[in-house]
Amino acid sequence: MLGKLSWAAIPFDQPIPMAASVLVCVGMLSVLGLVTWKGWWSYLWREWLTSVDHKRIGVMYVLLALVMLLRGFVDAIMMRTQLAIAAGAAQGYLPPEHYDQIFSAHGTIMIFFVAMPFMVGLMNFVVPLQLGVRDVAFPVLNAVSFWLTAAGALLVNASLVVGEFARTGWLAYPPLSELQFSPGVGVDYYLWALQISGIGTLLAGINLVTTLLKLRAPGMGYMRMPVFCWTALASNLLIVAAFPILTATFAMLLLDRYVGMHFFTNDGGGNAMMFVNLIWAWGHPEVYILILPAFGIFSEVIATFSGKALFGYRSMVMATMAICVLSFTVWLHHFFTMGAGANVNAIFGIMSMIIAVPTGVKVFNWLFTLYRGRIRFEVPLLWALGFMITFVIGGLTGVLLAVPPVDFVVHNSAFLVAHFHNVIIGGVLFGGMAGFYYWFPKAFGFTLDRRLGAISFWCWLIGFYLAFMPLYAVGLLGMTRRMQHYADVTWQPYLIVAEAGAIVILCGIVATIAQIVVSIRTRERRRDRTGDPWNGRTLEWSTASPPPAYNFAVLPRVESLDAFWAMKQRGPIVPAQRYDPIEVPANSPNGFVTAFFAVVTGFALIWHIWWMAILGLACAALTLLGFGWIERVEHEVSGEKLADAERARLRTMEPA
Amino acid sequence: MEEHSKQQGDARSKGENEHAGSFVTYTAGLVFAVLLTGASFVVSQTGLLWAPGVPAGLAVLAIAQMGVHLVFFLHIGTGPDHTNTVLALAFGILIVTLVVSGSLWIMANLNANMMAPSELMRMQR
Repeated sequence: MLGKLSWAAIPFDQPIPMAASVLVCVGMLSVLGLVTWKGWWSYLWREWLTSVDHKRIGVMYVLLALVMLLRGFVDAIMMRTQLAIAAGAAQGYLPPEHYDQIFSAHGTIMIFFVAMPFMVGLMNFVVPLQLGVRDVAFPVLNAVSFWLTAAGALLVNASLVVGEFARTGWLAYPPLSELQFSPGVGVDYYLWALQISGIGTLLAGINLVTTLLKLRAPGMGYMRMPVFCWTALASNLLIVAAFPILTATFAMLLLDRYVGMHFFTNDGGGNAMMFVNLIWAWGHPEVYILILPAFGIFSEVIATFSGKALFGYRSMVMATMAICVLSFTVWLHHFFTMGAGANVNAIFGIMSMIIAVPTGVKVFNWLFTLYRGRIRFEVPLLWALGFMITFVIGGLTGVLLAVPPVDFVVHNSAFLVAHFHNVIIGGVLFGGMAGFYYWFPKAFGFTLDRRLGAISFWCWLIGFYLAFMPLYAVGLLGMTRRMQHYADVTWQPYLIVAEAGAIVILCGIVATIAQIVVSIRTRERRRDRTGDPWNGRTLEWSTASPPPAYNFAVLPRVESLDAFWAMKQRGPIVPAQRYDPIEVPANSPNGFVTAFFAVVTGFALIWHIWWMAILGLACAALTLLGFGWIERVEHEVSGEKLADAERARLRTMEPA
Repeated sequence: MEEHSKQQGDARSKGENEHAGSFVTYTAGLVFAVLLTGASFVVSQTGLLWAPGVPAGLAVLAIAQMGVHLVFFLHIGTGPDHTNTVLALAFGILIVTLVVSGSLWIMANLNANMMAPSELMRMQR
């Protein structure tokens, strides 16, 4: 009746997982209790859970990312603490099988449920506003995408309480991830969580590509799109091209595990190397899916806070699209040591160095934008400057790793771990934070406390260098990754410094939380009434903060690049003569309900509860199709209402 | 969706809906697709083709099937307002070519340089 599920699935005998489970359950119950006690359910349901507004969905994506960042960071600091003490005779406090789950969960969460939702959320929020349109192409599908991603995140977190997580690393290489070597439910949790959220990501990608190609404000040709829109286009094209590979590869591994097929097994003619090949054919574009939007954010931030147009717009666009295509030609550099011949390794090594060229072009463009600009050191620019220095270091160690003979020496070492954290934290996470601070006033209508923001940035920057520079050194000394304990006590000082770095980063996280709390409390005097707190250049700053559901009362007419900057140059903004009624998409519970059944299906499949899996899948399909059948999905905002709202907004904008 | 077609500004994207197929084109597409599917079963189950040529024949039929889907169901054409769809198709073909040819090359190379995993396992026993 309940498949493999029994009371033994709950880790009563292991103190650390049990304590964590209890903590998570108490936390979730107290949040749910608070919502019930305050009577917020109907508000939440109406305004957020069923919302199809791209801005609300974007905010929920970023919130998901930040919550999962906390979870992933707890894993990180547990690993750093273990390694700071487990030298020589000391064994530390984490047994190996638990440590293996922690590094697998850390990688999976940080990539799929922090970096991805962070970037997708920012694109969702910003792209339609920058394009000067009212929503994405398929608003209801957008909600479905988000809730499927959240469903995947929920399954990963459920593994903490019920059962276990994979012990196979964040990419679950076979043969270790095959049934023969991982008979437990850990790998199944991993696979189903990522299959469900992967479908969500693919749908989000299709949605944004369509939006960028088909919905733009009047006059906005491709070469008038802000750079962030270009990077979003490249990133979403990569999502559409790469995520099917991930889904197909995981589907094959699932077939191996569930019905005894032999795609990647050792026997029966399977070949585990094919999995490694396919997973990186997705995995390398994935790196660029994450970093390209971050490049776009830095371009916007640097141009705005230098008070200048971006240097080399065309070369920026060219570099972005070149990276988009080249990212599909380098994937072998993740497995140089797997046994390919010198010719294959050489070609992919050379391609890996070539792809660094457009990235270098971008760095020079940012430098020349800053050069002789009127620079304002606001918090988003701090992150951008921190990124430029940190990312160049990470890029250089990446070029080192692209040399096959060097890779043979340092592959799978702490040097590699330091490299990819250097580019992912220094690139993607710093980008996400820059975007978060840049667009927060737009999303919520008030600015964030500047001092605490700067403290958070400096803690993250210093903490990052403390945590990862020692790992480069200790990697060159010979330390391999994914070790729970080491015999060579000379490594310990490096790892103690790394632990200190993690604690400094923790201070940065605490400062961010404090900053948000303080700013919410003092929001009345932080109100942004102009909608343009940073003296911005692109169209998202031309509407109110927070923008109304329809974004723009009258669609802006675009006549040049940096459209809003050009409008401001032409003189004060006056209300339009005439307001046409607007149709706004109505709320739909489609996404939430479909994702609920997706969780049920995923959970049932993980535990082999077949009747529940069939029921869940049928309900999910019926929900998705049933809601798709509803014809009346819009409601109208009348012209008079628009005119009133716009007049009121323009009045508040006048200087007091 | 109506709202969006109203707010279309970009001249290129105007009127593309007119090319979305009619009943006739969808029916024609269905007929072609069914015929091609039937043909692949015939080719694989009977001795109509020279036996070693069957895989090639199936590949040709599969490519024709893709063409039918692209033209009749996905409405890829050659008109000036098809820039987006044709570019998307070109991008798709480029990526599939890169991934498929790259994988074949890599796996063939691994095969030449490495022992098959099953043999490796046997040696370790």
